[in-house]
Amino acid sequence: MADATLAAYRHLLSAQVRSQTQYRASFAADVVGSVMFGVLDVMGVVVVFRVTPALGGFGFAEVFLMTALAGCAFAVADLAVGNVERLRQYVRSGLFDVLLVRPLSSLAQLAAMDVASRRVGRLAFGVAMVVVAAAHARMPVTPARLGLLVATPVAGAMIFGAIFVATATVAFWWIESGEIANGLTYGGLSFTQYPITIYGALFRRLFAYAIGFAFVAYYPTLALLDRPDPLGAPALLGYASPAVAVSAVVAAALIWRSGVRHYRSSGS
Amino acid sequence: MSAVIETRGLRKQFTVRVQAGWLRRRTRVVAAVDGIDLTVERGEMIGYIGPNGAGKSTTLKMLTGVLYPSAGHVRVCGFEPVAQRTRLARRIGVVFGQRSQLWWDLPLHESFTLLRHVYAVSASDSAARLSRCRRLLELDAFLDVPVRQLSLGQRMRGELTAALLHGPDILFLDEPTIGLDLVSKQAVRAFLAALGATGDTTIVLTTHDLADIERLCRRLVVIDQGRLVHDGPLDDLHARYGSRRRLVVDLDEPLAVELALPGVTVESTQANGRRIVYALDGAVTAGELVSRLAEVAALRDISVLEPAIEDVVARIYTRPAP
Repeated sequence: MADATLAAYRHLLSAQVRSQTQYRASFAADVVGSVMFGVLDVMGVVVVFRVTPALGGFGFAEVFLMTALAGCAFAVADLAVGNVERLRQYVRSGLFDVLLVRPLSSLAQLAAMDVASRRVGRLAFGVAMVVVAAAHARMPVTPARLGLLVATPVAGAMIFGAIFVATATVAFWWIESGEIANGLTYGGLSFTQYPITIYGALFRRLFAYAIGFAFVAYYPTLALLDRPDPLGAPALLGYASPAVAVSAVVAAALIWRSGVRHYRSSGS
Repeated sequence: MSAVIETRGLRKQFTVRVQAGWLRRRTRVVAAVDGIDLTVERGEMIGYIGPNGAGKSTTLKMLTGVLYPSAGHVRVCGFEPVAQRTRLARRIGVVFGQRSQLWWDLPLHESFTLLRHVYAVSASDSAARLSRCRRLLELDAFLDVPVRQLSLGQRMRGELTAALLHGPDILFLDEPTIGLDLVSKQAVRAFLAALGATGDTTIVLTTHDLADIERLCRRLVVIDQGRLVHDGPLDDLHARYGSRRRLVVDLDEPLAVELALPGVTVESTQANGRRIVYALDGAVTAGELVSRLAEVAALRDISVLEPAIEDVVARIYTRPAP
């Protein structure tokens, strides 16, 4: 049964990719465009460090690694569930009905049917940047650190993914809700690319801890590079990201479920 | 026989916000479905009709697990639709006239392959059902065409097939003939009639097109303002709302004397009295009337008009609210 369900998602996914790659030129242009997003993020860090030698107590190498980890995590989430925001259209048109009469999870179907395969460029670039940044920062190579280096973008992607889903769910209550989602997802990416020490206390409490953005790149980077936290948090926090990610995903799933119950469909 | 659908006091209410001044909104609770009791046995074909906004689609969505009922009891195939949505989904097929479940950019046959995987149906079962649909719905001409290029009639035939490939116990159809041309409508109706005749598949149909109902459904459920106003055979509906059959007679010469027969009224006379339309109530048969007429006049032609379902339904809808 589980195998059959997995096979169903795999087929939905490949159908979606085939649909999207039908328009070859536009697909290629989109892939290139998605790489540009990643390039601009890295450029941002380079530009900042041309005017200042340190940012919130960190040098270029450390901030570069944070940016790379955050960018890679975001790229995974964006590829997998970035199009969940299209839920709005599904709700407005009533097409969400169609997903609900099939024997699969509505969220997983939505993700599979709207997978943003053209964002694969950004993901490839993100992975490359993580490797380059870790090497540039002379990260000590130990099994624990390598494991953390791989787990961090995955956990970060789960946190971003949870935010994509939770904010998209607002569409079940208010159909016009795009800006809330964009503020937290794209805004969240910008927040996570820099050390949380540069933000004001209130802002930091809200985004870094309440939402969990500090666990996307900041704490893992401290652990990866053996840096003590200027804010005095214990070093072990660098390994807490997967746990934070799991609770974010559970919270998002609960919000989604309650949203589906509020779904009103559309006329006829 | 066992009930495949059972509802008791099924209700769905929506909160509607009404503008009341600049920034103030008043909320109002509107019951789209207001206490429906319905039992459908296996193999039945029922027509579910009502005016716009009567709650037809809302009921259907509660039966299929799309909408969460506000109150009441509902079981479909023994499942509670929302709580057991994915298990129920394997047992039902749904066709929404106005929203497609096919993959827009892919050839039609690929949608069928995908749905086979979505429902985890074996290749041989799916192929057998598909070949039956291909034959009855004449799909072969456009199986390789991307869905976005299909005509509405072709797409609807595709939708029907898509809803049946997993061999559902119940087929729900929400306005399946809306917007179709006459030929496509006929094809869809003929297909549904054949499907219903096998007795394996229960069919629940909502429609605006009463010809669908006359052609397909022996049982008619009429709702108005969220409440059930009629549940029974079409004939009962006619009897209850006093619809009458009509006898049209063409005569060589106008009648010399008006015919007086209990239960018969002259509805209209045309062609200078050489064509008379009689309305008959249940007390008298067309045969009696014809034999009485034959005694007093030379009949050229006669025809019997069955009561039009539109008239009956219009009468229900326009009844003053109690």
